[in-house]
Amino acid sequence: MDYLLQPWAWYVSGPLIAVVLFLTYYFGKSFGISTNLETMCTIAGAGKISDYFKKDWKQRDWALAIVTGLIIGGLISHLFLTNSQVNMISSETITDLQKLGFTYENGSYVPNELFSLENAFTLKGFSILLIAGSLIGFGTRYAGGCTSGHAITGLSSLQLPSLIAVIGFFVGGLIMTWILFPLIF
Amino acid sequence: MKNLKFLLVGIVFGIVLTKSEAISWYRIYEMFKFQSFHMYGIIGSAVSISMIFMFLFKKGSIKDYLGNQIHIKEKKKGFIRTLVGGTIFGLGWALAGACPGPIFVLLGNGIISILIVLLGAVLGAFIYGLLSKKLPN
Repeated sequence: MDYLLQPWAWYVSGPLIAVVLFLTYYFGKSFGISTNLETMCTIAGAGKISDYFKKDWKQRDWALAIVTGLIIGGLISHLFLTNSQVNMISSETITDLQKLGFTYENGSYVPNELFSLENAFTLKGFSILLIAGSLIGFGTRYAGGCTSGHAITGLSSLQLPSLIAVIGFFVGGLIMTWILFPLIF
Repeated sequence: MKNLKFLLVGIVFGIVLTKSEAISWYRIYEMFKFQSFHMYGIIGSAVSISMIFMFLFKKGSIKDYLGNQIHIKEKKKGFIRTLVGGTIFGLGWALAGACPGPIFVLLGNGIISILIVLLGAVLGAFIYGLLSKKLPN
């Protein structure tokens, strides 16, 4: 049991993600999360503003069930499957982040400097999180998929558009991490 | 409850994403700094094993639960859309330290402020929908 409560190694986690992909296809659907963002627009009434969102969202209720499961899965992990304040992050990363003003607390998933409620609701903090989200939402829909739809599904089914998209993911991620982070933080 | 099986798939996925620390903002930073193999190992092994499943799906060796052939949808083609869209996504992924799946998993883990990122992501998808016909492919 203790083994379950520690962070899981990549060679356990990666294959389990493949099992999740397998189950999604076995149950007759495609693996990918980001289309749900469009479904949420449709549910919020975006079809009144643009025909793009005039869709029958009930056809995608199975995907909303997966998303609901993600939240519950997070909650179950949080309540029952975590005992540790183990530090798994490399010491170089922690040092680099300290230079940018981020402190790492063992066992935490997000830095307080960005995500604590006090900081998230300052003008700068709110803007950063909202802009980050907008880039994610716009980018994934323009590219036609996110990490699940392109990186896992697309690459494993040997699709060229996914390879280009994943190269893009890394171009964007590297620009943000290496060039923009020191300017923003 | 025809969607119960999908709810369960989501729960398993949410637990795996949490316990693998793929939802960790620090892990994403570490990945883009090339300071650990962890995230590359997760994505690499997930893709490698999925490749075997995809091969068996296409060959017809594995059918879906109703016995039908499994079809893998083709991704939209277009060099500009995938590269530019992908790059914009990457900027957001590194800044928020989360991609769409982990956004929901973090919410379950009690990170309430991730709702601002989710709000942004839905807005971003909305803006894409408005502009979709005008954007180069």
